Amino acid sequence: MDFSTFLIQLLNSFQYGLLLFLVASGLTLIFGIMGIINLAHGSFYMMGAYMAFSLTALSGNLLVAIVVGVALSVLIGFLLEWALFSRLYKRDHLDQVLLTYGLILIFEELRSLLVGDDVHGVPIPELLSASIQLSETLSYPVYRLFMSAVCILLAIVMYWLIRHTRLGMMIRAGSSNREMVQALGINIDLIYRIVFGLGVTLAAFAGMLAAPVSSVYPGMGNQVLIICFVVVVIGGVGSVWGALVAALLIGLADTFGKVIAPDYAGLAVYVLMAAVLLWRPEGIFRRI
Amino acid sequence: MPLARKKSRNYLPLVLLMLALFPIFGSSYYNELIGKIMIMAIFAMSLDLLVGFTGLVSFGHAAFFGVAAYSVVLLSPKYDPGNLLLVLPGAVLTGAAVAFVVGLFVLRTKGIYFIMVTLAFAQMIYFVFHDTPLGGGSDGAFLNVKPELRIGEKVLLDLNEPMQFYYIVLVLLVVAYVFLRVLLRSPLGHALAGIRSNEHRMLSLGFPVFLYKLAGFVTAGGLAGLAGFLSACQYGFVTPEILSWHQSGNVLLMVILGGMGTLNGAAIGAFAFVVLQEVFSALTKHWQLLMGVVIVTVVMVLPGGLSSLPQRLKGLLIGGGNRNG
Repeated sequence: MDFSTFLIQLLNSFQYGLLLFLVASGLTLIFGIMGIINLAHGSFYMMGAYMAFSLTALSGNLLVAIVVGVALSVLIGFLLEWALFSRLYKRDHLDQVLLTYGLILIFEELRSLLVGDDVHGVPIPELLSASIQLSETLSYPVYRLFMSAVCILLAIVMYWLIRHTRLGMMIRAGSSNREMVQALGINIDLIYRIVFGLGVTLAAFAGMLAAPVSSVYPGMGNQVLIICFVVVVIGGVGSVWGALVAALLIGLADTFGKVIAPDYAGLAVYVLMAAVLLWRPEGIFRRI
Repeated sequence: MPLARKKSRNYLPLVLLMLALFPIFGSSYYNELIGKIMIMAIFAMSLDLLVGFTGLVSFGHAAFFGVAAYSVVLLSPKYDPGNLLLVLPGAVLTGAAVAFVVGLFVLRTKGIYFIMVTLAFAQMIYFVFHDTPLGGGSDGAFLNVKPELRIGEKVLLDLNEPMQFYYIVLVLLVVAYVFLRVLLRSPLGHALAGIRSNEHRMLSLGFPVFLYKLAGFVTAGGLAGLAGFLSACQYGFVTPEILSWHQSGNVLLMVILGGMGTLNGAAIGAFAFVVLQEVFSALTKHWQLLMGVVIVTVVMVLPGGLSSLPQRLKGLLIGGGNRNG
């Protein structure tokens, strides 16, 4: 492996890891703050990708598609939280698993009914369709760099939101003691709704961002969901910082696994998880 | 609750009699369907041992079922019937052995971690069979001739015969049920119940909690292996799909749908699930949509599962008030 190949793989793993982080951070936030295990989280990623596909086909512009898609995702998140999830906070994890499993089936079939079961591609916007020449034969697409940049920006915004705003303070307080926060006159139901909407939107946004490079296909959500579980297990449930580190580690393991042992690449991520479980069963980082 | 349990137990001989007499009246289609339900009932009961009786919510139980089903194909000669005395214990041991290794890792975690880690490990095993040529890759593999029990020249049991297969499944279902009932009354069963209600207390009392959980996990894996063996023999082929997380989700669904921690509930759940699946898929190719709606409805309005339905109806008729909000 010469240096430019190595660099390309490194950039790819970085970009994949950051994208995973976007999805997994929503999952870990929803669990860490609301105590909800959400199997349907991957479905939101899938929804985002399909929204990017359908809305780009309608409007002819990925940016417009993303703006409309984000608005729709927020709406979907609020609606789901209001109609279903808000009734499950006091219930067992088992009920949450069951409900969200049912939701996966529903979303998957709705996708099949509305858009069909074909694999689709989403064109890369012209502005970002160029490539950077690394050597005579190797180049790196600008869009992937753009994806990484957007993910980093969002990670910083999230950090700022949770650590340095009033809303973030209320979210953190709500995660440690719901009753006390309520007693202090803060509308905890609204906070939960916002967190859930945020989680859904992060996953959907990741799907929209990934659509031009990964293509859009049935079952894409489930694949991401399981890898996100691995991210959360490695990083520690509820820890956004842990999710970032774990997602980057998984990006490295997956990308370089494919280069070193292509036949067993699917396993690299799980071997990493098994190793972390032996070392630290509760994940590398425990809490935010 | 004790009342309901006693009542449903009285129905058991009747149910057994009906199952034993069914093939006399049923067509081969319905025999196969009932056979499938009984196999799924064994599978669901094995998971109930973990979910209902030990408090371990496993979302990766299909791994043991699937690995055992694959072992049937791998242990059988290509064009001759396999030896039942070798293949059946082989499948059960495969399920148990894989559960042992997986258990060493996953049982280090608790609660929500356990759900995610079991799912991830099952997915890892799925990829082993999906990506490597071990079991024919993504196409799966055929079990050309099903196993038989042969002593000398005489064939005592032949799984290729649908009738014999039906009764073998029925007998093994009864064996699995009785085995679990005995197990639950044994010291191990009591220890598992203790772990379920308060793991810390069990630890403080000096119980080797990890070993007990591992024993329960391995037993459940072995029984899931039994179901996997029967499933491979019923269909005559295996694909990676039997290891998929949908399979794990479905069996968990059966346990919860029927009402967990009762064994009978798991069987009822298996029955309800397979019948619903059959009815819905006859209606539309988007049957999972209907299934999803049923699941969501059950969670929202019927938290105790289907087996709590009679009591709830009774409560509504006699008591008038609905206590839960």
